[in-house]
Amino acid sequence: MSCIEQLKYRLYLERTSFKEARDFIEKNSEEVYYVDPGYRIFKDYYIIGVPPVALGVRGEEVLFTYVKPCHGTFVMGIDSPEEIARLRESEARKIKETLKEGQKKGSAGERAETKRAIISFGDLYKK
Amino acid sequence: MGCPEVPVQISIVIYLAHRLERAGWDVTVAGTNAPIRLLRAADPEKYYVKKSVDLDWIIQEIVEKRMDFDACFAFMHSDAGMAYGATFSAISRAKHYAVVFGRNAEALGESIEYPAEKIVAVATHNPGPLMRKIDKVVI
Repeated sequence: MSCIEQLKYRLYLERTSFKEARDFIEKNSEEVYYVDPGYRIFKDYYIIGVPPVALGVRGEEVLFTYVKPCHGTFVMGIDSPEEIARLRESEARKIKETLKEGQKKGSAGERAETKRAIISFGDLYKK
Repeated sequence: MGCPEVPVQISIVIYLAHRLERAGWDVTVAGTNAPIRLLRAADPEKYYVKKSVDLDWIIQEIVEKRMDFDACFAFMHSDAGMAYGATFSAISRAKHYAVVFGRNAEALGESIEYPAEKIVAVATHNPGPLMRKIDKVVI
């Protein structure tokens, strides 16, 4: 069993649907991060949910969904500068990877464009 | 398996496990405490279900890539059960089946958006409709 219930938490929504819990986090957070189901927070809690799973940051507090099979979904808040830092780092890493992929695609695209341009100049010269 | 408040769940789990074992599969049943206790009471000699484990533990094992499966049947009769099914679909490379039952089975089945073959029947006390649908999937 996860240690979540032993931590000092605030309860914002209880026994609701996962979608409503996600909407609550999106509307009540200063920053929202999306993670895959199975993302680990607070040492041993693997987040359960329907993608996209939203995690919110409000001041020093992390807002997250907690699904209990017999009771539905809860929205809880726990103060954790460490988890917030981890979320921001992971987001920065994702952005860097996306930019790198974009650059690779961009340079390949430019090469193709250059090739096409040379061919068309040649064709013009012949004419 | 999640909350065992709908009676057909345990019967269908035992039925499905038995069908899969007979078809040559190595079956593991995962669930929260309550349904696992019911399962062990119903099958004390482990005749139908040889391996039963904790649901949160198996999620941890799959996420940490220490274990995975070829097929996963997620039993659900509520939104919370569906969230667990979606989680398995995201973390495991198994072929996924959503076994949806209970009074709101049809609406719940329609709300499933993750990639899974849906086995849906409005069944609470009578396991017949769900058994017939499972028979079509498990050869």
